Amino acid sequence: MFEETERLCRIKSNLERRALIFDLTRRFFKERGYLEVDTPTRVPTVAPERFIQPEESNGWFLAASPELHMKRLLAAGYEKIFQISHCFRRGERGRLHNPEFSMIEWYAVGSNYLMMMDETADLVAFIAKELKIGDVLNYQGNRIDVSSPWPKMTIQDVMKMHAGWDPVEAFDEERFDDDITLKVIPNISKDRPCVLFDYPRQAASLARINPSNTKVAERAECFIAGLELANAYSELIDPAEQRSRFLKDIEIIKETEGRDLPVPERFLDAVGDMRPTGGIALGMDRLVMLFCDAASIDEVIAFPSDLA
Amino acid sequence: MNIEEVHKNTKIMREGIPYNVDNCEFMKPGKGRAIYRLKLKNLNTNMTLDVTYHSGDQVDEISITGRDMQYLYEEGEDYVFMDSQTFEQFTISSSLMGDRSKWLTEGMTVNMQMMGETVLDINLPNFMELEVIETGVAVKGATVTQQTKPATLSTGAVIEVPPFVKEGDVLKVDTRTSTYVERVNKK
Repeated sequence: MFEETERLCRIKSNLERRALIFDLTRRFFKERGYLEVDTPTRVPTVAPERFIQPEESNGWFLAASPELHMKRLLAAGYEKIFQISHCFRRGERGRLHNPEFSMIEWYAVGSNYLMMMDETADLVAFIAKELKIGDVLNYQGNRIDVSSPWPKMTIQDVMKMHAGWDPVEAFDEERFDDDITLKVIPNISKDRPCVLFDYPRQAASLARINPSNTKVAERAECFIAGLELANAYSELIDPAEQRSRFLKDIEIIKETEGRDLPVPERFLDAVGDMRPTGGIALGMDRLVMLFCDAASIDEVIAFPSDLA
Repeated sequence: MNIEEVHKNTKIMREGIPYNVDNCEFMKPGKGRAIYRLKLKNLNTNMTLDVTYHSGDQVDEISITGRDMQYLYEEGEDYVFMDSQTFEQFTISSSLMGDRSKWLTEGMTVNMQMMGETVLDINLPNFMELEVIETGVAVKGATVTQQTKPATLSTGAVIEVPPFVKEGDVLKVDTRTSTYVERVNKK
């Protein structure tokens, strides 16, 4: 018990700042007219995603993200909603990962992936201002000017620059994830946050294909000093396209891992009623890490999985 | 074994060479494939190597048996141990032993990690009770914080101890962190 007490005392100032950042985040969205919603943690279906393994719970699942339920609210006519919830992803444990983590997800009808990124920049700049930090954040030896808006680069450009090939013209799934993680992220400029956008259509996930360039999906991610913070989409609202992507991924997951995933039928029934919408998910623990200059997620969570 | 089960200090076989996992870093883009960056130490040469694995990859864990052995003596650059059941003798190089040699006392039992007949590593007892051979008097400082002073133990190890510890006292120490636990004095 001595070690636990010592640890919890050491990170107390981080946990106090965490509570403050959660309060400020809620205030930011409420002031902009977003409704805070609360969708279930234990769910009968999840979005089938190749590289996200849900935690099972007696035949159901623990939500890996609140996305499908929030979109059912949007389909019913809700226009601006946000939610901060605990999400679960099996086996994800490392310096930046805990299998149970806190995520904020928000959606705005009429918005798109790049506008959601600009709003993320506004959020981070707002928190920095309220915490009396100003525009320049010190994180792990980097001085980062977080003032909004953030610079944006296409995936095609950064991959050509740092990995030497073009994933939009010729996609190679295995190399793509490795090169993003090992060649691009460590080498992008650390004095400003960076938004990467227009992912190859093969890495679209739940984003719509860009109507003016069908080789890319309207998906964006932002990074601050090497930390992946948020992932945004112009949401896919075509039910037939969504169904065919889900069925394809369910089949690949069955083939490669032997896992059976149910088709999220209630979500598929609703998605056709959505209007064009921007959506984004941001890791709250990582946001707190940035403002606490914490090298590991363990420094901003009271009980990480190994110590739970 | 699956790469997901690999931890720091797991011992694996790769292309016929035994390695210790010195460090294992999990990296994953939110929507992408997980990557495991391992720093491996060749157990024969102590050279290190960086390798990348992906989720789902398999690695060969080395099957390790633990054998209790008695420490006999130091011989040149090596430390000599004996299996007290079979009387077989095994040596450990000073590079593998590292600064843990400061805890060795003649006749003590250690747990040796073996791959077949090859010694991979040894585990010392986590706690030992050792006599203080030499320690000075604590210097009274100007601060009110607790003072410590160095003490030399019977094995030659030097640790920081509270001011009340005297020569001849027997202390319980944690060999993993080289720290004082408590005074026992029950000889």
